[in-house]
Amino acid sequence: MAYLLSLKQNIASFFMEIGEMSFFSLRFFKELFTKPFEFKELLNQCYVMGNKSLFLVGVTGLILGIVFTLQTRPTLMDFGAVAWMPSMISISIVREIGPVIIALICAGRIGSSIGAEIGSMRVTEQIDAMEVSGTNPFKYLVVTRILAATLMLPLLVIFGDFIALIGSAIVENMKGSVSFVLYFNQVFEALTFSDIFPATIKTFFFGFAIGLVGCFKGYTSKKGTAGVGKASNSAVVYTSMLLFIIDFIAVFVTDIFV
Amino acid sequence: MNSKSNKEVLLVKDLFKGFGDNKVLNGFNLSLFEGENLVLMGKSGSGKSVLIKCLVGLMPPDSGSVELLGQDISKLNHSEMNDLRTNVGFLFQGSALYDSMTVRENLEFPLRRHSKKLTEEETDTLVMEALENVGLTHTVDWMPEELSGGMQRRIALARALILKPKIIFYDEPTTGLDPITAKEIILLILKIQEKFKTSSLIITHDVDCARVISNRMLLLLDGINYAEGTFTELSSSNDPKIKAFFK
Ligand SMILES: Nc1ncnc2c1ncn2[C@@H]1O[C@H](COP(=O)(O)OP(=O)(O)OP(=O)(O)O)[C@@H](O)[C@H]1O
Ligand SMILES: [Mg+2]
Repeated sequence: MAYLLSLKQNIASFFMEIGEMSFFSLRFFKELFTKPFEFKELLNQCYVMGNKSLFLVGVTGLILGIVFTLQTRPTLMDFGAVAWMPSMISISIVREIGPVIIALICAGRIGSSIGAEIGSMRVTEQIDAMEVSGTNPFKYLVVTRILAATLMLPLLVIFGDFIALIGSAIVENMKGSVSFVLYFNQVFEALTFSDIFPATIKTFFFGFAIGLVGCFKGYTSKKGTAGVGKASNSAVVYTSMLLFIIDFIAVFVTDIFV
Repeated sequence: MNSKSNKEVLLVKDLFKGFGDNKVLNGFNLSLFEGENLVLMGKSGSGKSVLIKCLVGLMPPDSGSVELLGQDISKLNHSEMNDLRTNVGFLFQGSALYDSMTVRENLEFPLRRHSKKLTEEETDTLVMEALENVGLTHTVDWMPEELSGGMQRRIALARALILKPKIIFYDEPTTGLDPITAKEIILLILKIQEKFKTSSLIITHDVDCARVISNRMLLLLDGINYAEGTFTELSSSNDPKIKAFFK
């Protein structure tokens, strides 16, 4: 009975939180289009986010490409279809694996640090101090970060995809002696607009989700250092879940229209 | 001591504020006169920080009115409120320096926000002047984490002063500091009052601080302004509730 009761409370608070987050994102859109615009801070955030994740995304992409190719090789060999490797790898990486893996990495890297940063600014009253200094902290901190994440994630994904393909090409070059030029020729032949376009649109939503959840968790975090830890932790958990939901919807929608 | 006039710069009437069942303020009244140092004392958790957050619009009161420099703050829109805030300095209980910015950037922040027309040189002059007032010019390029607690408090004070506000709110300026540093901060506050003729509301637990700084005192008890008077008047009171503050 007690278990059921706490379950009921958990479910209730889950939906409350979804409601609050919806209001939070509405406020984002409202403040996005009202003056003043914090361009300088936006650029700064884009730089910080890109700089922070570039190396990580590169390494992950490279390993992803190498491992994925190595694992797929034997099966394709059995079917005598190794020549299909570049097109198969490129389609699966560009369409699905690249965006999801890189978004997850960024949820860990960017989302958690947004949550921790804004959370600690909340508990140490820096957000209040901003407000008394005549700055709208929602604009200065939240709008810039959500926007920066939304803009930067597609770039990071494109970069990561590219590195993954290079990783795959290295394996093919060593194991199957396919030249880089031939490999990438086949890649570009295989990839069509309907592979690239929906996948790129999807990454904007991924970026938005990462920024939104991180900012929401930080901005509404509770007093105390425990609150900051919780903000950054639950930012990652919620974002990861949200990424898969967005991915599911995106694949569904793409399937209907393309 | 008698630099105060009879002009009210802040008038609070019947302020109520609660969080759920926790009723913090129950009809609080206060007036602050031009040029005076008003000290507000109250137990920990009695709602002092909540009160001054209501006064600058960081927290909406449940009911009651706050008139700041003659304007009812509940009737102001966002940009009018920001204009009004250029006249108000706020020293947070925990300093609240922006920890991702240097000392210089911390001080420039309110300047750039409020008065966009300043040149680089003018900004720089104002920053150095503010740092000089608190005796920390050498820390201009430091990060907040490199400063000691007392230094952070002084930088926060410099930031609160940089726009030369007419009113300053101090939330426990000396708490958590050693007696010598606390004394320095107290002298600094007195110097600022004398130099800029500001009106101040100072929250403190510290009896010594109250004795030196206050022109007038106010006790916050059970969510209301329980008693009011000069330090001498209150400290010689026979009311046991008031006496408890001066032990
Ligand atoms: N954001 C908030 N949400 C809920 N309750 C709060 C909030 N802020 C303050 N309170 C409650 O209001 C009461 C007064 O808090 P406040 O911070 O004003 O105390 P204080 O007088 O400043 O104490 P101290 O001297 O320790 O700083 C406390 O009981 C606190 O729990
Ligand atoms: Mg307090």
